[in-house]
Amino acid sequence: MSRMRMKTIVTLIVLTLGITINASSVMAGKSSLNLGMVLEPPHLDPTAGAAAAIDEVVYANIFEGLTRIDKTGAVKPALASSWTVSEDKKTYTFTLRKGVKFHDGASFEAGDVVFSLDRARAKDSVNAQKALFKPIESVTSKDPNTVVVTLSQPTGSFLFNMGWGDAVIVDEKSAGKNKSHPVGTGPFKFSKWVKGDRIVMARNEGYWGTAAKLKTATIKIIPDPAAAVSAMMAGDIDAFANFPAPESLSQFKSDPRFKVVIGSTEGETILSTNNERGPFKKLKVRQAIAHALDRKAIIDGAMFGYGTPIGTHFAPHHPAYVDLISTHPYDLDKAKKLLAEAGYPDGFKGVIKLPPPPYARRGGEIVASQLRKIGIELEIIPVEWAQWLDQVFKKRDYDLTIVSHTEPMDIGIYARKDYYFAYDSPEFQGLMQKLAATVKTDARYKILGDAQRLISKNCVNGFMFQLAKHGVWNKKVQGLWENSPVQANDLTQVYWAD
Amino acid sequence: MFRKLAEVFGHGLKNRSFVIGGIISLLFFLVAFLSYFWTPYPVEDINIAERLLKPSTKYLLGTDHFGRDILSMLIKGARNSVIVAFVAIGIGLGCGVPLGLTAAAKKGWVNELIMRFNDFTFAFPSLISAIMITAILGPGSINSIIAIGIFNIPVFARVARGAALSIWKREFILAARSAGKGQFKISVEHILPNISSMLIVQATIQFALGILAEAGLSYLGLGTQPPMPSWGKMLNEAHTFMHFAPQLAIYPGAAIALTVMGLNLFGDGLRDVLDPKLRRSR
Repeated sequence: MSRMRMKTIVTLIVLTLGITINASSVMAGKSSLNLGMVLEPPHLDPTAGAAAAIDEVVYANIFEGLTRIDKTGAVKPALASSWTVSEDKKTYTFTLRKGVKFHDGASFEAGDVVFSLDRARAKDSVNAQKALFKPIESVTSKDPNTVVVTLSQPTGSFLFNMGWGDAVIVDEKSAGKNKSHPVGTGPFKFSKWVKGDRIVMARNEGYWGTAAKLKTATIKIIPDPAAAVSAMMAGDIDAFANFPAPESLSQFKSDPRFKVVIGSTEGETILSTNNERGPFKKLKVRQAIAHALDRKAIIDGAMFGYGTPIGTHFAPHHPAYVDLISTHPYDLDKAKKLLAEAGYPDGFKGVIKLPPPPYARRGGEIVASQLRKIGIELEIIPVEWAQWLDQVFKKRDYDLTIVSHTEPMDIGIYARKDYYFAYDSPEFQGLMQKLAATVKTDARYKILGDAQRLISKNCVNGFMFQLAKHGVWNKKVQGLWENSPVQANDLTQVYWAD
Repeated sequence: MFRKLAEVFGHGLKNRSFVIGGIISLLFFLVAFLSYFWTPYPVEDINIAERLLKPSTKYLLGTDHFGRDILSMLIKGARNSVIVAFVAIGIGLGCGVPLGLTAAAKKGWVNELIMRFNDFTFAFPSLISAIMITAILGPGSINSIIAIGIFNIPVFARVARGAALSIWKREFILAARSAGKGQFKISVEHILPNISSMLIVQATIQFALGILAEAGLSYLGLGTQPPMPSWGKMLNEAHTFMHFAPQLAIYPGAAIALTVMGLNLFGDGLRDVLDPKLRRSR
């Protein structure tokens, strides 16, 4: 009897130990991920800021919209499980998922959708992408699980637009505090933010869909490229969705611990030109600049060869893309001739303001050296992002700048005459109006092609290259996005392979 | 005057640090001067096809990530260091010495005011304050000169005041005063010549510190702007290449270290040579 008891106790102890050991080995790294990011978001509310870093933390992880954009760039249902579109393409009826709860326990209902969309399109809205909501005429809840959105005109990209980070659904009660403590419906809950260091998210156990495989996800902010290399090498960081220093990729490629994945982004890197200023007003000057840019040298020098040359403001992997690189080939003689015809045979002086990323700072030095060859002397002024947003983007106090426009399908910005390019073309604006009213894909692509040709012909900006996504991660990490069709680090399907 | 210089030089030749430091400093100035007439390649020309080349007979020290000749950049960077440090010393001497002399001559509240203001400036770490100044005025070599110069003022004011106070007690100053000379005249005619050797020594040391500060500011992107090369900026650009092209950081780093060491040795030697008491004891 007592021996039996002893045996049972021993077995129990062994079992318990075994379980504990098992549990702790699962805990050790396999259910958590450290993801590196270069820029720290200014806050965590995607409905109140243009910074890409906000979406890179919260999109699909913490916040969800009616629809979502998946890793291929396709529109998928999210909080709306299905939808129907009326004959005249003006009324969208969304059926919402049942039993969805916000992280604070509040339940998700049609009222939240009405609140979120009304808030985003209100006059006093601080949403960075108000244009997405412009076609909306009214949002009404038919019952707790049905929302009807009426548009003022057919909008071909409406479902895509509703999948943006700026269109996520928030709860009225918690909306005010989302900047520091975001509360959404996503598979991860926000747990803490140590400013300047890291943002921690934990799995949302009550998630409506397939639960996340990671128990915790930590986003570490590492602004310095050299520190990023060391952190990856030391294993402090498991993955960098977009590695800041392309020159170090070869080093990771030769290391068996890592996988280097070069994907595409929506980032058109352009030499933005102030079309209302001095010599840049003249088409011939802008054409001369287009002919003086050696795209290959810029891509090789600034990005170590990672990047695809573009001849217009459009992503090369998009089916509607038109290859216009050869319309303005690298030709210094022609550039000089055009400059002389414009009335500047000896060139002129200008200013180029460069924001911090390497594509801009390095690219800017190369561009300045290339334009010097045709007589355009550029003074290089490095600026921080805040200064760039204020001086260049808001006040248009610049001649040239380099920036990557990372929003998807953003050719529409050329129709905004108060945008910082100061490009005012009724022809282009007409094209965009036509596009908005067109729903058929073929017809849309044709208009998009015309739009691409027009801005290329007008040489609005110097079109340089499409930013590549340099993903570097531990070989065992699975499920990270290869491309980035939207600004996001979707961690919902990420797991560790054994 | 000439005899005195020759005498100093004669004593200097016996002083090892004076000779070694002098040679290095002289080389540095010659290289900086050379850049006005000749560099192996123009430094503004970016040639991506020839980037990150190893040293060869064509490019003696190889090329950087933009395909620029590193030797040419070092030569032109030397000029940049000299200009920034020189003008910054000028600001320090020009403002600091009159302030120090005034404080020593007037004493009383003027002295207090000047010296407390000095202490106030000293309380800030100089490089961090220089970063602050360039952040406010905007990056650029002129602003970095101003920032470094401002922090030279209290250094020279202190040295000038301390040295002047000890001279004011001497009999020949008393004689000058009884002859009816005013404070200003005495300061300029009698005090200044007698403290000049100390100021020269201090200037040499501050020159080295100025080069370091300029390199630091440029490293942070607040100093010299492209396409003008600067040693600090070269270091900054090299730091993401450290793992596979360390030579990009080693050359400018070595140039900074060697120059600063040379100038410091020269400053030390010069002090020994100029100070008769020290000279006798050695």
